[in-house]
Amino acid sequence: MQFVVNIMVLAAIYALIACGYVLIYRVSRVLNLAHGELMMLGAYLLVATASAFAASPLMAVVFAAVMSLAVGGMVYLFLMRRMTGETVLAAVLTTVALGILIRGLIVLFWSAQQQHPRAMLGWDNPVIVLPGDARISLYSALLIVATVIVYGGLFLFLRFGRWGIRMRAAGQNPLLAAQRGINLHAVFALAWGLSTFTGAIAGMLIALDSGLDSTMTMIGLKAFPAALVGGLDSLVGALIGALIIAGAEVGVIRFIDPLLADVVPFIVLIVMLVIRPWGLFGTREELDRV
Amino acid sequence: MSKPLPSASGHFRRSYADEFRLIETRFAKAMTLVFAVFLIGFPFVASPFYVDLATQVFLASIGALALMLLTGIAGQISLGHAGLLAAGAFTAGILYKETAAPFWITIPASAVTGAVLGIVFGLPSLRLRGLYLAVSTLALHFVVVYLGGEYETRRGYSTGILVDPPVVFGFEIYSPRIWYFVLAAAAGIALLVSINLMRSRSGRAWRAIHSNETVAEALGIDMARYKLLAFVISSAMTSVAGALFAYYRGFVSIEAFSLYLTIQYVAMIIIGGMGNLLGALLGAVFVTLFPYLIEGLMSALPGADRLAGSVFAVNYAAFGFVMILFLVFEPQGLVGIWRRVRNYFLLWPFKHKALGGSS
Repeated sequence: MQFVVNIMVLAAIYALIACGYVLIYRVSRVLNLAHGELMMLGAYLLVATASAFAASPLMAVVFAAVMSLAVGGMVYLFLMRRMTGETVLAAVLTTVALGILIRGLIVLFWSAQQQHPRAMLGWDNPVIVLPGDARISLYSALLIVATVIVYGGLFLFLRFGRWGIRMRAAGQNPLLAAQRGINLHAVFALAWGLSTFTGAIAGMLIALDSGLDSTMTMIGLKAFPAALVGGLDSLVGALIGALIIAGAEVGVIRFIDPLLADVVPFIVLIVMLVIRPWGLFGTREELDRV
Repeated sequence: MSKPLPSASGHFRRSYADEFRLIETRFAKAMTLVFAVFLIGFPFVASPFYVDLATQVFLASIGALALMLLTGIAGQISLGHAGLLAAGAFTAGILYKETAAPFWITIPASAVTGAVLGIVFGLPSLRLRGLYLAVSTLALHFVVVYLGGEYETRRGYSTGILVDPPVVFGFEIYSPRIWYFVLAAAAGIALLVSINLMRSRSGRAWRAIHSNETVAEALGIDMARYKLLAFVISSAMTSVAGALFAYYRGFVSIEAFSLYLTIQYVAMIIIGGMGNLLGALLGAVFVTLFPYLIEGLMSALPGADRLAGSVFAVNYAAFGFVMILFLVFEPQGLVGIWRRVRNYFLLWPFKHKALGGSS
């Protein structure tokens, strides 16, 4: 039972992060390799607001989340907007460089020491005992809840929301969408904002659960195979992919060798790239467009 | 990179032999000679610190040239460069530790390891393009790093493998000056190999593949063969660079081969200028010296002692920032700047070169 719970928690983490990769890729065909850093930045923003809003911890969380939404939008407006029309490599490398820049700035502002935002907010993290004698910490449970809410919200937004439909249109055919009067820059900025927002939620919850330091970027990077296994342009795929990656990782830790934990997602990724490069639910033609 | 005619110099190629000359004009010959004399004289006048810096530049330029051949020329994006360096370093380290193999066995052995890994890294390139290829090489990087780490923990070298200085013909390569010359020679060989590859059939095939795969295939270029060849040659060169790195440092640890190292090498070819061998060299110089430059600048600032703790972070941030600046504002890299400056002086007092002329 504990085994299943572990998989579920890890899958929720990966899914919550992976939807950020998917959102940006689906709308603007850019692979954002700075996603792990942006997510870590969201968590550090919580550290910053935690000391500023010591009186009302919930406000701190809300404020940090809104700020990360703005950060994501600004990343697009000030940086990625300039990379439109450049080669895939240039755009991807810009995100890589952005990641390095963010990581350096984070260490500069908050030092490389481990931070404990939960203690700063004055919350505790009780263990919930589930039937079957499985244990789960409160924030891990919240992670699963958050994943469900975020995916549900994204689904409704993309299906029925005015801006959601615009986003899908921009992803499907940017030229036609632009001629239809859709402001592509606004749509792309929104995609970056939402992606950073969801990433920041994941980052904050992980930080609240188990502390925060720069190793968090590795979690962000490991969530990327989840997005690709499911198909880079499919949200459902990201969910399934996260389950597969989390299952493989937890299984390997339990039955084979804990040291393998950091490689397993990438081994699954390689296998997937060999068999079905466009992912489980991805669009096949995507491959030739890149 | 077909050799640009030394425009406006009055130099013309008048025979086929002229076409094959590496150094064409008397002025270029003189400059090469001056540069060679400078390189040879450098370690005798400079302090050990600068000799070490120069040696690092040589090491970096081997890796940068290899990556340039693969990514800049053949257009195959690779984010697994650190993995290949690690493979070379670990081949040398493991062979030395387990069998006490001498220098002249470990270096070719690591080249072979690199070549084999090149095929492994390159196989996805037959099916995948662009982004997906980059991702698959990135994934392979993690696998290689895991294998290295596994070896370290299994054999009890958890902090790293110590490698003694190599002995060649009973002569121990130990002093920094000797290393300087050894690595200068290695970088020179790498450069010569790259230049000659560029002017041969494979170099032309790679550039054709880079420009347009469909057209290249229609021209009769064996796509699979030349893509794999690019991976094999580049990986072999990179592995040898890794092995030399292991010997030079006298120490191999998997921590040295992080994703950041890959990014540094990619930054070299970006900052230097894509698709140009000179760019790889300039980029290697720039990226290697950059942290020392930042450190120097920071110690010159007032309140240097307070800043000392954050040198590392500033370095990181500044490096990312410079990389972004180049990507956004100068995609041609340092070579682009150099070309503009050169053309300015070549064309002076005119402003624009004639239409249709070569570079």
